[in-house]
Amino acid sequence: MFYREAGQFKTSYAADAAIFPVAQDRWFIIAALAFLFLVVPLLANQYLYTEVLIPVLILSIAAIGLNILTGYCGQLSLGTGGFMAVGAYAAYNMALRVPDANIILVFLFGGVMAMLVGILFGLPSLRIKGFYLAVATLASQFFLEWAFARVKWFTNYAPSGSVAVGKIDLFGFPIDTPGKKYLLVLAIVAVLALAAKNLVRGRIGRMWMAMRDMDIAAEIIGIRPLHAKLSAFAVSSFYIGVAGALWGFLRLGSWEPLAFDINRSFQVLFMIIIGGLGSILGSFLGAAFIVLAPIFLNQLPHWIGIPLSTAAISHIEFMVFGAMIVLFLIVEPQGFARLWAIGKEKLRLWPFPY
Amino acid sequence: MRAPMGQDGGAGGVLLSIEDISLSFGGVTALTDVSFDIRKGEIRAIIGPNGAGKTSMLNVINGFYHPQQGRITFKGKARTKMRPYEAARGGIARTFQNVALFRGMTALDNIMTGRALKMHRGFFWQILRLGPALAEEMEHRLKVEEIIDFLEIPHIRKIPVGRLPYGLQKRVELGRALAMEPDLLLLDEPMAGMNLEEKEDMSRYIIDVNNHFGTTIALIEHDMGVVMDLSDRVVVLEYGRKIADGTPDEVKNDRKVIAAYLGVGH
Amino acid sequence: MLGPILETLIGGLLTGVLYSLVALGFVLIFKASGVFNFAQGAMVLFAALSVARLSEVMPVPIAIMAAVLIMIALAYAIEFLVLRRLVNQEGIILFMATLGITYFLDGFGQTLWGSDIYKIDLGMPKNPIFLLESVFPGGLLIDPSELIAAVICAVMVAVLAIFFQVTRVGRALRAVADDHQAAQSVGIPLNHIWLLVWAVAGIVALVAGMMWGVKLGVQFSLSLVALKALPVLILGGFTSIPGAIVGGLLIGAGEKLAEVLLAPVLIKAFDLAGGGIENWFAYVLALMFLLVRPQGLFGEKIIERV
Repeated sequence: MFYREAGQFKTSYAADAAIFPVAQDRWFIIAALAFLFLVVPLLANQYLYTEVLIPVLILSIAAIGLNILTGYCGQLSLGTGGFMAVGAYAAYNMALRVPDANIILVFLFGGVMAMLVGILFGLPSLRIKGFYLAVATLASQFFLEWAFARVKWFTNYAPSGSVAVGKIDLFGFPIDTPGKKYLLVLAIVAVLALAAKNLVRGRIGRMWMAMRDMDIAAEIIGIRPLHAKLSAFAVSSFYIGVAGALWGFLRLGSWEPLAFDINRSFQVLFMIIIGGLGSILGSFLGAAFIVLAPIFLNQLPHWIGIPLSTAAISHIEFMVFGAMIVLFLIVEPQGFARLWAIGKEKLRLWPFPY
Repeated sequence: MRAPMGQDGGAGGVLLSIEDISLSFGGVTALTDVSFDIRKGEIRAIIGPNGAGKTSMLNVINGFYHPQQGRITFKGKARTKMRPYEAARGGIARTFQNVALFRGMTALDNIMTGRALKMHRGFFWQILRLGPALAEEMEHRLKVEEIIDFLEIPHIRKIPVGRLPYGLQKRVELGRALAMEPDLLLLDEPMAGMNLEEKEDMSRYIIDVNNHFGTTIALIEHDMGVVMDLSDRVVVLEYGRKIADGTPDEVKNDRKVIAAYLGVGH
Repeated sequence: MLGPILETLIGGLLTGVLYSLVALGFVLIFKASGVFNFAQGAMVLFAALSVARLSEVMPVPIAIMAAVLIMIALAYAIEFLVLRRLVNQEGIILFMATLGITYFLDGFGQTLWGSDIYKIDLGMPKNPIFLLESVFPGGLLIDPSELIAAVICAVMVAVLAIFFQVTRVGRALRAVADDHQAAQSVGIPLNHIWLLVWAVAGIVALVAGMMWGVKLGVQFSLSLVALKALPVLILGGFTSIPGAIVGGLLIGAGEKLAEVLLAPVLIKAFDLAGGGIENWFAYVLALMFLLVRPQGLFGEKIIERV
């Protein structure tokens, strides 16, 4: 009843191709953005910022990045952690050696460095496909992990092997409270998400999806496989690199290479499987799920009154994630995003069943 | 029955010339010394029993297979070894026996991919979308909608192609090829698996495309009725060799052709 | 100089045998069902954990038999709950499903059996053997448990190779690997076949787990060892049993030699904080290989028909 499109006529193809063609959706997204920017800062506490909002937002960027490569372009990658590390360490080194650099430039530099490394490690994708490519991306993951642990220059010869960032400020404003960090991250995420959405709706997104669905047929219409795959690697790595830089600077403050190990790669991959492959919204939903689930599981013992050790909880977490992956793949391979779309369809018809 | 375009060359010069093409892979000889040409603006049928090498021939024209011997001349220029996307850029479009559509995309998007070579706005504009990228998208959307109207499929354009029935998928694939505005359109069994009504529709589209846009068409087809009705000239292959070449009437009565299809002794 | 290198080489080859055992399980499942079973590593860990813990309360041979039953039950559960429902899905979906199974098994195994380091005592000689003492001073050091593992591995490989080539069931497995639907349409009972294959793979995982467990102690890092089996498969080809062996040997020897010979060079050249090349050498080697020969040494060339 409320979600009806009656009376909404699209008088141009441009209107038909808009991100939110349905008016109610437009209102919803405006309301959501207003809520996130204006209302949340009034309500949230430190815990919410540092343990929920900031991680979800930053990992969403990583998820969008991986989704572009794996979900839209069909190139399976297990190297996400390594590319996040590139972004983080590149940003760290720039902030270290160019002390007055604008923080946005620092983050962008992290992204650009990750993009270059991504293109390099993406070159094999021209000869290698599918599982083989996944193993090749493992090479990049383990190599990068090792490099940041062993090449002393990257960590500025720190004896402990870990690095820490100093104070952050944006055009003179200190970014020192969780609330301010949240707003900065939110702004960056909003811009990057819109950019990604625009990319995937246009000719470049179609080019990537053509490569994913049938690379042989993609050549028939004139798409060059080299260009398509490398551009996917480039954009994807840029996003993942920025996410890595944000993660290091605004979430952790100080880190070791372990923060970006193979488990991180799996974590982001799970996000896009559960959230929905080939969906920007799905990247957000998946990130939210992966971040919130452990928190929820941690609280569960208190609620049902059974004490569980942290180790036990982490094992249960593994089981739940594994089971959910399998469940989603069997029941709804397109993840939460598809469930969301189905939900909206039902809402359109509500209160009628069909 | 189409009026013959003229055996002597008629309205069109030669668009594609195949000379002494031989192709083999893995010990299997697919084509041996095949030569024929395709004139601009005509509909050329390639027929023959199963295993004759018809699809291999299209694959050679398309750039999928590289012949061990022989020469191909397209639009007056001798062609070197090329990859399929180079053939596409040269103006050759293609459909497949087993519909090669992009299953994850809607019918509309599939046909839009056919415009890929004509869309140029780079990453920066695409990210911004508003402005030149959107204008370009809409310009080509308009063209694609014309094709959708032409093929009578507006009602299914937002449906993911994996969900469409086979006949409609073939139509979408034709639409994608048409979107490329090719000089040469290669159709590999466009009527396969269709009922009479669908075949009549498809025939109509093919004739219209040829008449309206002047697109040269080469098609592989098994339905003899369709071949006789649609084509200007026919080339007949058997076991990788050319056994006949001429107008539908000439080929129909050629003894070698009859023997090939029905077996010797008829 | 030659002595230590030879020793490293032999040690590497023997480690390589252990990699091959893990890779064997992969090859079996891939050859028979076309599924790239990422969970093979978790199966190795799970099997090893079962034996280790059970052997605390019962004699080792009984523990092993119990573990065999457990692995068969596991195979049945995986086939029934997961594989049956994903028939005809694309390879990448199945791969991601095995990824999920990996995580599940990981958590489940540690919930069930605990997460400390456990020992497996198979009664194998512990004292190192010294070879060729007349040629090299002090002799070449060899770990007897690895030697025994090599022998067991050789036996398993022979048995499996014969099984696949000669028996009717083996042929059916090869048919299934080629095309699920086609195999079903000629009456091959898909479910039974998959159950059989995963059970055999489970038993192979058990053997691998025990061998590794004796060497390292049974602990979580065993899954990482399993990841190492992937480069082995790349070198050897995903569908080749002899390939798994050769690949394992190459990787095992390669990475040990790289650590001993290459690492010092790199440390000097780039002022590194230590070696640890073993972490990535195998993968980079596999990557180079993929660029030159994507199907591996013994794998089948993939031809795409249009």
